[in-house]
Amino acid sequence: MKQKKILIVDDEPNIVMSLEYAFKKKDFEVFIARDGTEALEIAEKERPDLVLLDIMMPEMDGYETLKQVRGNKELMHTKVVFLSAKSKEKDIEKGLKMGADSYLTKPFSIKKIISDIEGLLARDQD
Amino acid sequence: MSNYVVGLVIVLYLAMLFVLAYFAEKNPRGKWTSNPYVYTLSLAVYCTAWTYYGSIGIASRSGISFLAIYLGPVIALPLWIVVMRKVIRISKQHKISSIADFISMRYGNNRFLGALVTIISLFAIIPYIALQLKAVSETFSLISTDGGYASSGFFDDSTFYIALLIAVFVAFYGTLSTDTSQHKKGIIATVALESILKLCFFLAIGIYVTFYLFDGTTDLYNRASLQDNFGELTSFGGLENGFNWLFTICLSFFAIFLLPRQFHVAVVENDNERHLRKAIWLFPLYLLLFNIFVIFIAWAGNISLPEAVNHDYYSLLLPLQENNYGLALLVFIGGFTSVISMIVVSTLALSTMVSNNIVIPYGFIKTLVEGNPEENTKRIKNIRRVVIFLLISTAYFFYIRFSAQLSLYSIGLISFVVIAQLAPSFFLGLTWRRGTAKGAEIGMLLGLAVVFYTLFLPIISEEVMPDIKFVEEGLFGHAWLQPAHLFGLDYLTPESNAFLWSLSINTLFFVGFSLRTKGNYRERNYAEMFVNHENYGNLQEGGFIWKGEAYVADIKRLLNRFLGEERTDRALRVFNKKYNISETEEKADARLINFSEKLLTGSIGSTSAKILLASVSKETPISLVEVLNILEESKETKASNKLLREKSEELSKMAQQLKAANEELRIQDKLKDEFLDTVAHELKTPITSIKAASEVLEDDEMPPELRNQFLENINRDSDRLDTLIHNILDLEKLSSNRSELDMNQYDMSTTINKAIKGVERIASKKQVKIKFSNKEKVLAIYDEDRILQVLTNLLSNSLKFTEPQKGRIKIFLEDFKKEVKVIIEDNGRGIPEEDKDYIFEKFYQSKNQNIKKPQGSGLGLAICKKIVESHKGTIAVDKDFNKGGRMIFSIPKK
Repeated sequence: MKQKKILIVDDEPNIVMSLEYAFKKKDFEVFIARDGTEALEIAEKERPDLVLLDIMMPEMDGYETLKQVRGNKELMHTKVVFLSAKSKEKDIEKGLKMGADSYLTKPFSIKKIISDIEGLLARDQD
Repeated sequence: MSNYVVGLVIVLYLAMLFVLAYFAEKNPRGKWTSNPYVYTLSLAVYCTAWTYYGSIGIASRSGISFLAIYLGPVIALPLWIVVMRKVIRISKQHKISSIADFISMRYGNNRFLGALVTIISLFAIIPYIALQLKAVSETFSLISTDGGYASSGFFDDSTFYIALLIAVFVAFYGTLSTDTSQHKKGIIATVALESILKLCFFLAIGIYVTFYLFDGTTDLYNRASLQDNFGELTSFGGLENGFNWLFTICLSFFAIFLLPRQFHVAVVENDNERHLRKAIWLFPLYLLLFNIFVIFIAWAGNISLPEAVNHDYYSLLLPLQENNYGLALLVFIGGFTSVISMIVVSTLALSTMVSNNIVIPYGFIKTLVEGNPEENTKRIKNIRRVVIFLLISTAYFFYIRFSAQLSLYSIGLISFVVIAQLAPSFFLGLTWRRGTAKGAEIGMLLGLAVVFYTLFLPIISEEVMPDIKFVEEGLFGHAWLQPAHLFGLDYLTPESNAFLWSLSINTLFFVGFSLRTKGNYRERNYAEMFVNHENYGNLQEGGFIWKGEAYVADIKRLLNRFLGEERTDRALRVFNKKYNISETEEKADARLINFSEKLLTGSIGSTSAKILLASVSKETPISLVEVLNILEESKETKASNKLLREKSEELSKMAQQLKAANEELRIQDKLKDEFLDTVAHELKTPITSIKAASEVLEDDEMPPELRNQFLENINRDSDRLDTLIHNILDLEKLSSNRSELDMNQYDMSTTINKAIKGVERIASKKQVKIKFSNKEKVLAIYDEDRILQVLTNLLSNSLKFTEPQKGRIKIFLEDFKKEVKVIIEDNGRGIPEEDKDYIFEKFYQSKNQNIKKPQGSGLGLAICKKIVESHKGTIAVDKDFNKGGRMIFSIPKK
């Protein structure tokens, strides 16, 4: 099986660090971006299978980033999952309505995130 | 010029007036008949032949004293607008149709007073009309070369026919309606047009004389100054003459209110109060224009015409001398115009007064009560028509008999002096409740007697009894009783003398008798309604007090006689609707009595109306005390109404405030929600980090250095969490004022240095310099720990936003009398313009809600603000500073 590419976008370095460690351990190829702009650059170059996207970030926020990803034909097959502290029902609804494939809330269990994401990617493969 | 040509011009001119009046009557609400300009121009009926010719005569003989007659109205106008507004409102309210009606109603609808005012007006105005006729006939003879003017018999006298035509004109257009308070648009339109014509023609002759016959005003002045009496003609003539000026100004001041024709055009014909505002400047302007050339024409006449001619007619003689007949004819028409407008309005006003205040109440009431509506209308109209013809013919005979002796100017002044006798009861009546009918009657009668003694007697005695010597020697040989110089004041002109003494005595007795007599309740009632008209303006019929028994059916029958059934029914329907009275109500109340009185007043005058209503009702006399009580009550009702209104306004204001407070609460609530949201979010971030790190630490295979890194992260995030919780609690404490300040006297310089020490380590690490050079003590009372917190926070912010090495932070301390001001300035990236107003709000996030602050809890500045505010100080961003950030805070010293 080909190594999956994941792009983690968050401005909190400590959170990113844990996620990076966990995903690498699961044999993902991990890319990191600190904000939306950086994320788009990397995504265009690396074509990740999945983007794990925070919402509240400086410069370009998660919503805008999602819009840009969805607008890019080259990234048609890229999945986007929001990972945000905004955990109210209406926030989740909004994120999914905008076209995210899934919405995960902070604080999170790393095990659960990994299993969710693996499930999401596997479903696509079938 | 031939007699017939002039005659033809006159007839054509009169025909034009008839046609104009006809069209104005047909279209009474039109723009052309109801506007402030027509109103102002109709006021110019003040300018008669006296102005047109007489002023020049006076100017040629006694200089600028003619101006006093025009200064009075000009001075009066600002006051005029105030008084007139009141008079107009009262007159509209009570359907008043003349000055006699006005005065008699003010003093309790007194029949005798109305008649007296009418008689005084007749005395004043008939000679005046006579003089106008004299001016017409004299100018007619001047302009017609045939020398056709002859008084051999009045059937050959052109003036007789002119007077007749004027009478027909007034009788026709003045009696179209029986209701005298109705506007006479036809007549007013012609008066307005005449005012334009006389002014234009007068200006034309002025320009002709000044600039055509002479070389402008300078030339005229130079040549006039060569004449013997020039100095006398251009000076005010010392103190004594000053008194004459003063009295003449006063006279004309009164005249502009009291002359029946002025009252008629200004009050009765006024159909919009706002027209007054235009009149207040336009009318003085008109008078000014009219007087510009008077003095020049007078000088020109003195220079070019022989002394023997009548100086009054210089304006006519000057063009005639140059054989300029066209212009002379224009001047003649202008003068004729002034005469017509004066006679028309005067006879109209006088005829109303005579019929409503003398003929009907004293003679025709019984006949009218028995007649049917058509007969009554006809009868009333006929009475007025007869009165009009009688007035004009009396004036004509007066002119034939007496005109030779008097100049236009002196008759004009005499007429002013007579009419001024109405002044005390008119003006004081408007402002002084205590004025009574008795006082008014006695004042007027005695004033009139004085005028008779000082002004008429000398004239008559000269004419009729030349051998009686008392005019020169004084009554019974007492010199101080000399008519023209009472009490030895020999420098006054006869008119000033008469004015001074008659008005003094009039006022004295009016006030004296008013204070001694109480007046009946009806007087007191009307006095209240006039003086306090604003209070009763809204009440309408409510201000009228009446007690007694009357039946609606009787009143209806009475109204039917004068108004006809249709109008009566309509009026009563409106009345019942207005006061919510049942149609089947049998007994009449005070409001119906007053309402009916007003309805009848228009047709037969207020006195007759009162008499008629008294005849169908049984009035119970009320004591004066009772009247005063009722009036007081109605005033109180008004006052309590006012109170109620104020209360309800207050309530609605409170409701408004409540709404605003609610809104504020709602906003606060929303802010609190947002705050909680943000707090939750801020807390979640370190928790997420800690949770994630501890989860990955479960992995046993993790290399030790990475493990240590994760452990350190956990540690740092715990600290962050701790700080955040601490700040939130701190802010909450400050917001709810639960924190107690430890207030003591400290030196701000020391505190600042402490703060600098606290951040020194970070600063040196970043190689940023902090400069503070104040060595002097600045003492103030504050909580040092808290202020230190503020300073540290601000300094940390500055450190955060400045670049390493290049960063410079400066602190200034300013010592004011009552406060201490601290300024912290850096050369960092500064604060974005749009954020400057908001950075002190909790968790304020720049611009986009989804963008995080670079570092910190987002509560630092909010806490600073709370601390400074709890010291009763202020903190702000210096908006004008753009080389970095600059924060200023100040706290009071005590």
